[in-house]
Amino acid sequence: MGKSIALIVNGKRKKVKAHAASRVLDVLRETLKLTGTKEGCGEGECGACSVILNGEVVNSCLILFGQLNDGDDITTIEGIGGKKKLHPLQEYFLECGASQCGICTPGMIMAAYALLKKNPRPTHDEIRQAVAGNLCRCTGYAKIIEAIERCATSNVKI
Amino acid sequence: MGVVGQNAVRLDGREKVTGRALYVDDIVMPGMWHGVAVRTTIPSGKVLSVVFDPRFNWKKVVVADRHDIPGRNVVTMIEEDMPLLVHDEIRHIGEAIVLIAAPTKKMAEDARRHVEIRYEEWQPVLTIEDSKAKKRVIHGSDNVISRYKIDKGDVSAGFKDSDAIVEGVYRTGAQEQAYIEPQGIIASPGKGGGVDLVGSMQCPFYILKALERLLGMSETKLSVKQATVGGAFGGKEDYPSVLAGYASVLALKAKRPVKMIYDRNEDMNVTTKRHPSVVRHRTGVKKNGMLVAMDIGIELDAGAYTTLTPVVLSRGFLHSAGPYRCPNVRIAGAAFATNAPPNGAFRGFGAPQTLFAVEAHMDKIAEEIGMSPLELRRINCLKVGDEMATGQILKESVGALECLEKAAAASGFERKWRASLPLCKGESEGIEVRSTLPDPPLQREGTVRGIGISLFMHGGGFTGSGEAKMKGKAGIRLERDGKLTVLTGCTEMGQGAHTVLPQIVAECLGVPLSCVRVETPDTSKVPDSGPTVASRVTMVIGKVLCVCAEEMKRRLSEAAGRDHGDFRSLAGSFLKKRGPLTIIEAYEPTPGIHWDDTTYHGDAYAAYSWGCDVAEVEVDKDTFEIKVERMYMAHDVGRAVNPQMVEGQIEGGTLQALGWALMEDNRYDGGKLLNNRFQTYIIPTTMDTPFLELITVEHPFSHGPLGAKGVGELPHDGAAPAVVNAIANATGIRISEIPATPERLFEECKKKHFRSS
Amino acid sequence: MRYFKCENLIEALGLLADPDTRFPLLAGGTDLIVQWRMGGRMPEGVIDIGALEEIRLIIQRENVIEIGAAVTHSMLIESNIVRRYCPVLVDACRTVGAVQIQNRGTIGGNIVNASPAGDTPPVLMAFDAKVELANLSGRRHVPLREFYLSYRKTALKPDELLTRIIIPKHGPDEKAGFYKIGTRKAQAISKVALCVRAKIAGGAVNDIAIALGSVAPTAVRAPKTEAFLKGKKLDSFAVDEAKRTLAAEIAPIDDIRSTADYRRFVAENLLARYLEKASDAF
Repeated sequence: MGKSIALIVNGKRKKVKAHAASRVLDVLRETLKLTGTKEGCGEGECGACSVILNGEVVNSCLILFGQLNDGDDITTIEGIGGKKKLHPLQEYFLECGASQCGICTPGMIMAAYALLKKNPRPTHDEIRQAVAGNLCRCTGYAKIIEAIERCATSNVKI
Repeated sequence: MGVVGQNAVRLDGREKVTGRALYVDDIVMPGMWHGVAVRTTIPSGKVLSVVFDPRFNWKKVVVADRHDIPGRNVVTMIEEDMPLLVHDEIRHIGEAIVLIAAPTKKMAEDARRHVEIRYEEWQPVLTIEDSKAKKRVIHGSDNVISRYKIDKGDVSAGFKDSDAIVEGVYRTGAQEQAYIEPQGIIASPGKGGGVDLVGSMQCPFYILKALERLLGMSETKLSVKQATVGGAFGGKEDYPSVLAGYASVLALKAKRPVKMIYDRNEDMNVTTKRHPSVVRHRTGVKKNGMLVAMDIGIELDAGAYTTLTPVVLSRGFLHSAGPYRCPNVRIAGAAFATNAPPNGAFRGFGAPQTLFAVEAHMDKIAEEIGMSPLELRRINCLKVGDEMATGQILKESVGALECLEKAAAASGFERKWRASLPLCKGESEGIEVRSTLPDPPLQREGTVRGIGISLFMHGGGFTGSGEAKMKGKAGIRLERDGKLTVLTGCTEMGQGAHTVLPQIVAECLGVPLSCVRVETPDTSKVPDSGPTVASRVTMVIGKVLCVCAEEMKRRLSEAAGRDHGDFRSLAGSFLKKRGPLTIIEAYEPTPGIHWDDTTYHGDAYAAYSWGCDVAEVEVDKDTFEIKVERMYMAHDVGRAVNPQMVEGQIEGGTLQALGWALMEDNRYDGGKLLNNRFQTYIIPTTMDTPFLELITVEHPFSHGPLGAKGVGELPHDGAAPAVVNAIANATGIRISEIPATPERLFEECKKKHFRSS
Repeated sequence: MRYFKCENLIEALGLLADPDTRFPLLAGGTDLIVQWRMGGRMPEGVIDIGALEEIRLIIQRENVIEIGAAVTHSMLIESNIVRRYCPVLVDACRTVGAVQIQNRGTIGGNIVNASPAGDTPPVLMAFDAKVELANLSGRRHVPLREFYLSYRKTALKPDELLTRIIIPKHGPDEKAGFYKIGTRKAQAISKVALCVRAKIAGGAVNDIAIALGSVAPTAVRAPKTEAFLKGKKLDSFAVDEAKRTLAAEIAPIDDIRSTADYRRFVAENLLARYLEKASDAF
């Protein structure tokens, strides 16, 4: 049994077939082979599975495939930046040392991406709030906040 | 070239920020199945029978039990007391009894639900107290996993000579590493009946050794390769050997690759935690603040098996007197077995527990004798030439006092401490210091503020003769294209080893960093550098690579018949004549280091990193919520090979320590972990993170690579005592057990009011 | 799993009316999917009401505001109507999980999940909100304070669906406060939550509603404390007595997050904090 939904994944239209009870996280990782989205806890606490659904950051581990609708637009870490050129957020994460073990990085970048799309010049506190749902155990967050802040003030287009 | 000392961008960074890095769960192999373990649900007893529900079609899956283990049913670590699969006696909840592999994870989990275990239940031993009292003997003859003792000088005479004797008991709880990537491994049948592994791990060679014994195979038939690791913090030091055992046994029986990935709950239920501790201090001190006698008792809860407990206890032990000079010291400590999952390695490895105790105790001493905590530390702080509890004379690289002074000055410690004192005792002898920063925002209404300090050290590398015995190897290969490859079993788990080691090599050879890469840690391709633990990679393996670089330069010069010319031209002519060159060297202990394992006397560590943390807290009078506003961290790491990565270690380690200090606590009921989820086991978020102010102190270590010492664990050592000391400064209440939750502070406050009324 | 993706409310109610298709209702899924995972299995079927536009609206009427059950926490946070008439609901929504959860989790889900630690029920109770429960034969309105029967039990009948939350508009002479003490500073579950709405004039309490979370098997009002405070002049005696009354009428427990004693102590202090602030503000 499967269900087919016409999605836009990372800018490309795709008919995706999966079981309605599958988690979007598993559909991304297993069906679409987009393994940049990670699973850290499976219950919406760590944010490692964060993706953008219709412009909003969500935990893909807490959405069933059946909950998606035709025309839904999903962006994952693979969907930002070009093949060779990094997205500015990725550049700043690298430069600031905001990624250590890297497992939280894709989700963290997606949460930051959603923030900057909506609010291009967030305050320090707005940044902290926006990624409060993304746990990082390596960095102490300082360099992550710095990377997002520097990206926001660099005037690049997100 | 000036590669060392630069903020080189991490070499594995691009893969990580694009999501292309392959962690073990991202790897799919043809024909791969998924494995799960059926586990005990009681903490102590015996398996009577294993019943497979006939309603499940068992032909669709592969089931393995202990009879399917080709070699010995043990997970080799320090001792061989831990079976891979329960043989007879159950020692904790979550021990594996039977393994199942199935084409899908869902089917494997479904199968697992159709296995029923019948037990004979025994009374479990769940606390250090019960274990010590031998309520039941569950390990050896007395439940003691290991025990040490140090005697220096004459403690009794010291106490007689003291003006005051101060006592205290300090407790710390279990802490979960909470790496964001849960544990996982894939085992596949390899050539000649062997097994190839890839997974999330710190120490591929530990797994190799464990599998040799477990599978009864020579290491030539085995290969263990590290996938990208999503955090470890000690949690992936020893436990992956267990998971590798499960996956290998299943892969051999199923004759196909078997992937085992824990979900968060299973990971938290069965993997190792930081040892809970009880540390007792009795300290004799002179009126002028000089420490005269320290009597320290240490107890750790080891959990059900030995695993790494003896070395955790040993390190805790060797840090328990703190960075202080004291002529008479007695330390006695033991780790006790309980029916809890085994505790194991976690950043700091016993030192955070004992340093918490001594640093909280120092403030208590200061209060008793009416001295500022800064002054008491200043008076007793170790300097070059001083003798430690083991008789070690510090010969060089002792930045403790500089860390203390710089952190105190930057934070305006003395002034703020006096301003916040709930009840000011004694006269000031402190120096006037000015903060480099404006004071934090005005105190909110309904809150009290305080400031606390801690001074600490962390020994780099293995304890005592460990490095001399280990003889960690590493190498450099000059490739055909003139580039260089670093060969090491040391793993990258986020800390930056695979950027820092190439930086050291590039610096030593005088080549740009872009010419250096690191071979994937794979036991079939790299030498055994020893485990990636103990803050040893930069200091010990970095040093080995320096030696390799010198040897390579020597060989190239020799072949060229000249010792001048830059590396590139020497290498070019060598390659033309002879082709690639591989140099592998082993660690040579620092000259003049002596250690006696039997008496615990001598040079415990070749070098120590030093640190001072200052915490500023705000406590809400209505809710007892504790907010750490600022942390000042002055850490002496010898030389920062990559300053940004050093900062990353200090910031991350400090926040992890703040989690332990304030909120993290694995709680058990009847041997069962209650908070086995991220919803109930909470770790700090961005909003819980204080402003972090770093202060660099560099006292180079002459035998470290370009002066570098270790930094991995040091940042976990100081935050907790600094925070409880700050809480005491704010509220007058000394919290002697962490986490310092609002509930605990509230209870202590009630007790205090009860006493005074 | 049978997955019913409903296109309108009638379809959902029809499915609920038939015992053969009476499956759990799924809107945001942020609680349910976790619960199913913890329980180790998925239900046999699901009725997905997350996309029903009829219950994803926030409407302002003359005397009330109506919030559709499938309105997300983020929609509430951004709603000018809610900001104007029930700003403390915005405060509460901001403390639900983190932004990822706020973007998916719905207010209806937060209510029917019936956790004593839910963040929005104390606010809604303090505002005398009613819930609209519908089935094929009609709809009924139940005050939220009567909706919770006992721990995780509600007045919802098996064929009923929560469609709307109706919040009376309160006058500008009323001031409300929301306090949540969680396990940490963000995405925390509450140890104690308190919402107070009051009309205070000349230092005396004309009207007051007090509701709490995490101090009893369900979110609760504190009628005895309210009765005591009504008509009282807010001096330190009254505040102390209010604290004592509140402590006696709530029934917190010890659990993984906190202790009964601490919860009682904090609930008292938060009430006092509100009263002290409120008497200045009015």
